[in-house]
Amino acid sequence: MEILQTAFMQRALIAAVLVGITAPAVGIYLVQRRQALMGDGIGHVAMTGVGLGFLLSTSAIWMATLVSVAGAITMELIRAYGRTRGDIALAMLFYGGMAGGVLLINLAPNGSNGSLSTYLFGSLSTVSPADVTAISLLAAFVVLVTVGLRRQLFAVSQDEEFARVTGLPVRALNLLIAVTAAVTVTVAMRVVGLLLVSALMVVPVAAAQQITRSFVVTFVLSVVIGTAVTLAGTVTSYYQDVPPGATIVLIAIGVFVVLTALATPLARRRARALRAAEAAAVPDGEAPDVNVPAARRSTDDVTV
Amino acid sequence: MATVESGQTAEAAQRTPERRSAPVVTVRGARATLGSRPVLRGIDLAVHSGEVVALLGANGSGKSTAVRSVIGQVPLTDGEITLFSTPLRRFRDWARVGYVPQRTTAASGVPATVREVVASGRLSRTRFGLPGKADRAAVERAIELVGLTDRAKDSVEALSGGQHQRVLIARALAAGPELLIMDEPMAGVDLASQDILAATLREQVAAGTTVLLVLHELGALEPLIDRAVVLRDGCVVHDGPPPRAVGQHSSPSSSSRGGPMPGHDPSPLTNPGCHPHAAGEPLRTGLLS
Repeated sequence: MEILQTAFMQRALIAAVLVGITAPAVGIYLVQRRQALMGDGIGHVAMTGVGLGFLLSTSAIWMATLVSVAGAITMELIRAYGRTRGDIALAMLFYGGMAGGVLLINLAPNGSNGSLSTYLFGSLSTVSPADVTAISLLAAFVVLVTVGLRRQLFAVSQDEEFARVTGLPVRALNLLIAVTAAVTVTVAMRVVGLLLVSALMVVPVAAAQQITRSFVVTFVLSVVIGTAVTLAGTVTSYYQDVPPGATIVLIAIGVFVVLTALATPLARRRARALRAAEAAAVPDGEAPDVNVPAARRSTDDVTV
Repeated sequence: MATVESGQTAEAAQRTPERRSAPVVTVRGARATLGSRPVLRGIDLAVHSGEVVALLGANGSGKSTAVRSVIGQVPLTDGEITLFSTPLRRFRDWARVGYVPQRTTAASGVPATVREVVASGRLSRTRFGLPGKADRAAVERAIELVGLTDRAKDSVEALSGGQHQRVLIARALAAGPELLIMDEPMAGVDLASQDILAATLREQVAAGTTVLLVLHELGALEPLIDRAVVLRDGCVVHDGPPPRAVGQHSSPSSSSRGGPMPGHDPSPLTNPGCHPHAAGEPLRTGLLS
């Protein structure tokens, strides 16, 4: 395999796998909370971090991490405490972040809109060994949080009000999701680019849930899809000289379309199986809702 | 705790009046505003151990806000709330409380099975620990209580409206709570599911669970209700036996314009300090003395 012999491609493939795992792992909670576009917002804010990194001649990844974590916390606080104009505040944050990035990078001595565009659309050839170290550390954090706390994050994302009554630290968990999403954005920045990060958080999850019934299977399948499309896109961009980010996102959307097409006959078969099971359980044509094991009733039936 | 884990005690347990002494929930002079609108204007409420109390009232009467303030979801501007004799601020023992929020669906943006949703109710006991054998058994038992065992592996999105509500109740029962707080558990539920929910609730009550629930109309739950508290414009206008005219009080024309319910004289409990348009001193119904 010629592709594995060049050092920059090895780094690019490692980065691609890490992005393929982490982006859907966080994205599933964002989709569950119906905040699918939050990654997009964080991506815009991260641009200011990249610009700041260039201006201060420090690592763009770590600076982008700092700024996007701050941006994500701000967004979460606006969501939690904001009143009716929360969307306007978010819009300010998004566009301010993007404008800040463009301005700062043009102020930097060695920066230009050209160097910003490698962060916007992803660039495999520029992934440095230091980037790989940073991406690996950040990805480890993301995996630890999203897998280790899956039960708690599931509960908070499923029904926030109920989660509060179970005594979980809901505010802290919400902030943790926001911070983890911000970290994921910077992990994915080098490979798919800031403008397409959100796609990799959302599309694999959307594709997986076309054919799944449970959260755990959706989680695993979306990570598998994420890894497969980032690897496929990276390899394609190596041989065809196309931008990796766009290739990865288009392949992911292709997977979504295929799984959606598969889902219709699958759903029909499941519905048929369910009807058959209900018909077997309720021979006298009773409505399925009243089909409860009678042995469980410890008290007399309630009369209306 | 004896509710979900031990089914056998349910048969033996009888509701005895002697058990109804310790207050499980007390609300004293509760005032709350949503935006700038006062929603609670000095509510007094006490729910004793083993009691089943229904909060009734028209839309906008503050009944939903009242229960949501009891679980700390709506901050009070005045007054105090205790749960199991602990001030709400310092109450941490949330495994003793099962909450059924007002929802028409148990689904979210990602598919989840009935078992996964119900298992999240067990987090009040496991918190950040790993669920053990007992936790998994409690989840299965809660699913069984609402008659959804055969649907446990199905996505909640595939369920009917009544089944969604049963999932939400199973989730609240998973931790084996001593106090069940339910916000409109019968909203949008077909008659067949209402009967199942009533039977599930009856078992819980027989096992000694205290219940505070918001209802639009008594309906299938009527035989279970020990006491009804009727709210109007954020004030308690009736606290006593459930009204006779079942289902009538909920229509806006009868409850918000006329008396709290037709054919029922509210005057014995109408407190002059809590007149709908004169928010004066906190209401004292004498329940807590």
